[in-house]
Amino acid sequence: MSEVKNFMYLNRRAPYGTIYAWESLEVVLIGAAFDQKVSLMFVDDGVYQLVKGSDTSTSDMKNFMPTYRTLGDYGVRHMYVDQASLAARGLTADDLIQVEWEDWETEEEIDNIVEVVDADSVAKLMSESDVVFSF
Amino acid sequence: MKLAIQVNEGPYQHQASDSAYHFTKAALEKGHEVFRVFFYHDGVLNSTRLTTPPQDDRHIVNRWTELAEQHDLDLVVCVAAAQRRGIVDDGEAERNGKDATNIAPKFRISGLGQLVEAAIQSDRLVVFGD
Repeated sequence: MSEVKNFMYLNRRAPYGTIYAWESLEVVLIGAAFDQKVSLMFVDDGVYQLVKGSDTSTSDMKNFMPTYRTLGDYGVRHMYVDQASLAARGLTADDLIQVEWEDWETEEEIDNIVEVVDADSVAKLMSESDVVFSF
Repeated sequence: MKLAIQVNEGPYQHQASDSAYHFTKAALEKGHEVFRVFFYHDGVLNSTRLTTPPQDDRHIVNRWTELAEQHDLDLVVCVAAAQRRGIVDDGEAERNGKDATNIAPKFRISGLGQLVEAAIQSDRLVVFGD
């Protein structure tokens, strides 16, 4: 499989309450082995997946927030967040975790691959993707 | 066109499996190739042969099996999602010490890599879900 495609994982659901967010992450982690160009997009309640300071200690749920912070190591190059979805929920970029990325071969480093984008960019990025996994 | 199909919801509760079935059937009848149908989330519940709907209702599980028999379709059930939801084939029963299996004919349990591979190999990934 020499072909490299632009993969987008579209996350539309809150992190807990349903299993979509966690099982989406599982695809991202497994998919890393296929060396595609991978970005994640967070829209609607999906933006809650990246809100920092989540605490699941009283809900009997595994807190998988730390997994998002490791996504740079799984070939994820961009984590886009829809500005309008954030605003509608009273959130800003300051409420979101930061995710570092480093290219082990070139030692290129990016402090934070989480990026808030406007609606036009969401549409453009989606249309530029070869594959959109919708969760 | 070469298609990959993803089914994310269980049968009867949600329209996703019905829509996926009708889409897949129509695509095959139009001469398109379906590389794989991948069942994920509660979609794995489409693969239990113990399903017993009322006689005057459609049998969603058997319908998939029959379509697969007619067109040599590859019906793949995600192993991680299947284990959580009690979908078991011979291999899983042996590995996890279960006393029964319930997978329907023509379905097979495999890993998420099968979904990623299908997305790479196909012209389009079509997702049916909520």
